[in-house]
Amino acid sequence: MRIGVPREIYAEERRVATTPEAVSQLTKLGFEVSIEAGAGVAASFDDDAYRDAGATVTADAETLWSSSDIILKVRAPGTSADSGQDEFDLLRRDQVLICFLWPAQNPQLLDRLAGLGVTTLAVDSIPRISRAQKMDALSSMANIGGYRAVVEAAQHFGRFFTGQITAAGKIPPAKVLVIGAGVAGLSAIGAARSMGAIVRAFDTRPEVKEQVESMGGEFLELEFEEEGSGQGGYAKVMSKEFIEAEMALFAEQAAEVDIIITTALIPGKPAPELITAEMVESMKSGSVIVDLAAEQGGNCALTEPHKVVKRHGVTLIGYTDLPSRLAAQSSQLYATNLRHLLADMCPEKNGELVVDMDDEVVRGATVVNGQDITWPPPAPKLFAVPPKAAEPTPPPAPEPAKKPSWLGPVLTLGIGGMALLGLGLVAPPSFMAHFTVFVLACFVGYMVVWNVAPALHTPLMSVTNAISSIIIIGALAQISSPESWIMWVAGITVLITSINIAGGFAVTRRMLQMFQK
Amino acid sequence: MLQLLEPGVVTVAYIGATILFVLALGGLSHPETARRGNLYGMIGMSIALLATVFGVVTVHYELLLAAVVVGGMIGLLLARKIQMTQMPELVAILHSLVGLAAVLVGLANSMDPDVRFLGVELTIHDIETSLGIVIGAITFSGSVIAFGKLSGRISGSPLTLPARHWLNLGLLLIALWAGRQYILESAVGGDALTPLLIMAGVALLFGVHMVMAIGGADMPVVVSMLNSYSGWAAAATGFMLNNDLLIVTGALVGSSGAILSYIMCRAMNRKFLAVIAGGFGTSGGTSAATTIDQGEVAAIDAIDTASMLSDAQEIMIVPGYGMAVAQAQHIVHEITRSLRDKGVNVRFGIHPVAGRMPGHMNVLLAEARVPYDIVYEMDEINDDFPDIDVSIVIGANDIVNPSAQDEPDSPIAGMPVLEVWKGKTTIVLKRSMATGYAGVQNPLFFKDNTRMLFGDAKESLDAVLKEL
Repeated sequence: MRIGVPREIYAEERRVATTPEAVSQLTKLGFEVSIEAGAGVAASFDDDAYRDAGATVTADAETLWSSSDIILKVRAPGTSADSGQDEFDLLRRDQVLICFLWPAQNPQLLDRLAGLGVTTLAVDSIPRISRAQKMDALSSMANIGGYRAVVEAAQHFGRFFTGQITAAGKIPPAKVLVIGAGVAGLSAIGAARSMGAIVRAFDTRPEVKEQVESMGGEFLELEFEEEGSGQGGYAKVMSKEFIEAEMALFAEQAAEVDIIITTALIPGKPAPELITAEMVESMKSGSVIVDLAAEQGGNCALTEPHKVVKRHGVTLIGYTDLPSRLAAQSSQLYATNLRHLLADMCPEKNGELVVDMDDEVVRGATVVNGQDITWPPPAPKLFAVPPKAAEPTPPPAPEPAKKPSWLGPVLTLGIGGMALLGLGLVAPPSFMAHFTVFVLACFVGYMVVWNVAPALHTPLMSVTNAISSIIIIGALAQISSPESWIMWVAGITVLITSINIAGGFAVTRRMLQMFQK
Repeated sequence: MLQLLEPGVVTVAYIGATILFVLALGGLSHPETARRGNLYGMIGMSIALLATVFGVVTVHYELLLAAVVVGGMIGLLLARKIQMTQMPELVAILHSLVGLAAVLVGLANSMDPDVRFLGVELTIHDIETSLGIVIGAITFSGSVIAFGKLSGRISGSPLTLPARHWLNLGLLLIALWAGRQYILESAVGGDALTPLLIMAGVALLFGVHMVMAIGGADMPVVVSMLNSYSGWAAAATGFMLNNDLLIVTGALVGSSGAILSYIMCRAMNRKFLAVIAGGFGTSGGTSAATTIDQGEVAAIDAIDTASMLSDAQEIMIVPGYGMAVAQAQHIVHEITRSLRDKGVNVRFGIHPVAGRMPGHMNVLLAEARVPYDIVYEMDEINDDFPDIDVSIVIGANDIVNPSAQDEPDSPIAGMPVLEVWKGKTTIVLKRSMATGYAGVQNPLFFKDNTRMLFGDAKESLDAVLKEL
C-alpha cells in the first residue's frame, strides 16, 4: 500500500508526519512512501534525504493525496489559509487517515470523515496502556512541550537559572514551580533542574511524588487526604475542599517563585484555573508563567492563547504550538510513534494495513471505520497503574522490642558445659584427646570457610567432597583383614571412595579453570 | 609384605595432609588462589593415601590397586563428561558415595574380630560406630534422593506424608532402641549385627523421607547440608578408628557444609529447621491463585529489547534457575561481550540461592567464560540499582520479588531480594506468567517500568543477539 505524507498546511505548523529514518523502516514493512515536496523543510528534513531513504517525492499535493492509500498527517485536515485548498476535497473513499484529531472537541470532523468513508485513526485516542507506549504520540509531544516551556521561560526570564557566586556578587538560583507532573511536567522539571534552577512540583496524584523526586524536583504536598488518580494516567476533578487547600498553596508559592509552568489538563474538560489574577499580581516583577494548557482555556486566568503578554510585570506565555517550535525533534518522535503503530497494524510485514477492531490499541485509535463513527471506544479494560487495594492496613503496632534474653545463651552454655563435663568424667583420656582435636578442627573449618567468596561455593563443595573421601584410609586399614568378607567390603569402599577422590578433585579443577578475569 | 613406614612416619604424613587440607579450603576463598587450593587438596590426599598404603596395609595389594584404578577412572570420566548444568546432580551423587563408604567402614569395623575394647571404651566405641553408620546412611539415601530430584528423575515437589513429624519421631525412637540393643549385645558378645542393620535401615528411611519432603528450590540448602553430613560421617568414623586425620578432615568438611547451609538459609530468610522440616513450595508452582488483579503486563519483542540494550549505559543481568534450564549461559556471555565492546557497563547480580546449589550461577557463568570480576553478589550491587538503565532478569522470579519487602504477610516476606525494580527499566525473560517456586505472584511483572520478553530464554536471547 502507498503511504502519502503531505505538507502540513496549518499556519506555523513546522512538523512533518514522517522522517527519512522512519521512511526506510516503513519500506522494510513493505509500504511504498510518497512525500509532498518540501513537506519536511520546516523540520530540517530536505527532499533529498527522503529520496535517499527510499521515498518518492511528489511535487503536487493533489496527485499525492489521490495516489495514496494511507495518509499520515500531524494536524487534522483543514483549509489552507494561503491557497484556500480544503484537504477534505482531496480525501477519498476507503483511504486511511492517521493524524491528531481530538474527536471529543471536534465532532464535526468525525461526521465529515464518516460521510466521505475515510477510515480515521486519531493518534491522540490511542489508549494509554503499557503496550501502546511506543505509539503514544501524546507523551512524545508532551515531553517536548515540557522541555520547550522551560526554554521559552528562560528566553523571557531576565536572570540565570543557576545560582552563582561571582566576583560581582551572589546570584540566587531561579525558583521554578511546575504544576501537574504528567509527562510534560516531568520533562519541564528535568529541563529546569538541569539548567540549575530550584524546582518544586505539585500534582493531585500523590503517587507521582517518586517520579518528581527522581527528576530532581521537590514534591509539594497538601495536608489533605484525597486520591486524585483518574483513568488512563490523568488526574480527575477534585473536591471543593481540596481545591481550596490547593489554591492556598499556589498563592503562597506564587509570591515566592520566579517561574510557574502549568500543565494541568483534565481530558474532555476545560483546563482548571489554578493561577488567579491576584496570584499573578503577587508575583515578582520579571517573573514568567508558561501555560501549557492555553489551548484548553489556560490554567492561568490571564493567559491569552497563542500569544506572549505582559500583565502586572509578569510575562505570560500562552503558546499552543510548543512541540512545533522544536520541529525536528517532535517530527522524529511523532514519525517513530506512527511507524510503531503501522508496524503493529501490518502483522504480515507485507505492506498491507489491517484495521483489526479486536485489537485494543487499534480499536481505541480508530474513530471512523469506513462510514461508521466508532468514537468513543468502550472504556479501557485495565489501568496502566493498578489501583491500590482499598485501604492500606495500618501497620501493626510495633511489638515491644524483644530484649535479647540472657537466659538462652546462659542455658545453652550451661547445658553444653555440663554435657562436656559429664563426658570428661566417664570418657577415657584417649577419647578426650581425639575430642579436643575435633572441636579445634571445627573452629578451624569455621574460620577458614567463612571467608570463601560466594562465587566459589560450588567448587568448595566439590573439593570438600573430595577431601571427605579421606574415609578411604578407614577402608585401607581394613583391606588387609584376614576375614575375606571384610576384605571385599573394604575393597568396594576403596572403589567408591576412589571415584569420589578422582571425580571430586578433577571436577573442581575443571571448574576453577573456567573462572577467569 | 612388611610395612615400609614406621607408625611415627605415618602420623607425620597425616599431620602434613591435615595442614594441606586446611590450606586447600583457605585457598578457595578467592578465585585467584582457588586453583592452588585444589592442588593442596590433591597433594594432601596423595600423601595420606601413600602413607596409609605403605604404612598400614600389609596384604591384598592387588585388590587395592584394582579398586583404586577402576574407581579413579570412573571418577575422572565423570568429571570430564559432566555438563556444568548437571553439577548439582554430580555433587549430590558424590556425597552419597561418602555416606555409603562411612556405612561400609562402620559395618566392617564392628564385625572385625581384631578390634577389641572393654568397658567404657567399648561403649564409646559402639556409640561412635553407631553414629558413623547412622549419619553415613542418612547422607547416602538423602543424597540419592537429592540426585533424583535434581536430575528430574523424581518430582521436585515436596512429598508431605500425613503426620510426617510423628513418623520422623518414630524412626528416631526405633534408631535409639536399636542403638541400645547394639551396645548391650556387643558388651556380652551376642548378636550385635542385627540391631546395627536395623539402625542403618531406619537411617536410610529417614534420609529418604527427609529429602523427599523438601521442595526443589530449597535444594541449595539440602545439597550443602548433605555436604556437611558427609563430613560429620567421616569425623564419626575417625573417632571409631581413633584416627585424627579423619576427625580433622571430617570436622573441616562438616563445618564448611554447615556454614554454607547457614548462608543459604539466611539468603532465604528461613530457619534451617523449617527448611529441613520441609513441605514448603512446589517444583513448578502454578497454584496459588493471584488474589488481586495486578494490572496488565507489558510485553516486548527481541528487536526492542536489543535497541533498549544498545541505548543503555548500565546493564545488570540477574540470572536464575531458568537460565540453567535453558542452557542460556553461553548466549548471555555473547550478548555481554558484544555490549561491553560497545562500552556498555554490563554486570551480573547473583542472588545466593539462585539455582539449585550454592554458587550454581557462578559456575555456569564461569563456564561461559564470563569474567568473574563483573559478577557481583547481591549485597555488593543491591544499592546500585537506581543507576541501572536496564536490568535483565533471566528465568528468576522469587529472588526479584518486591513483595518480600512490601507485603508483611507474603510467604517470602523478609527474604533479601535483588531490587531490580529500582532501576529505570527491567526486562524479564520468562516462559509464561506462572508463579515462582514460592507460589506467590510477582508484582515486579506489573510495574510500569517492567517489560516481559516471553519465550524460552535461549531462543529469546538468540534473537536479541542477532538484533545487536
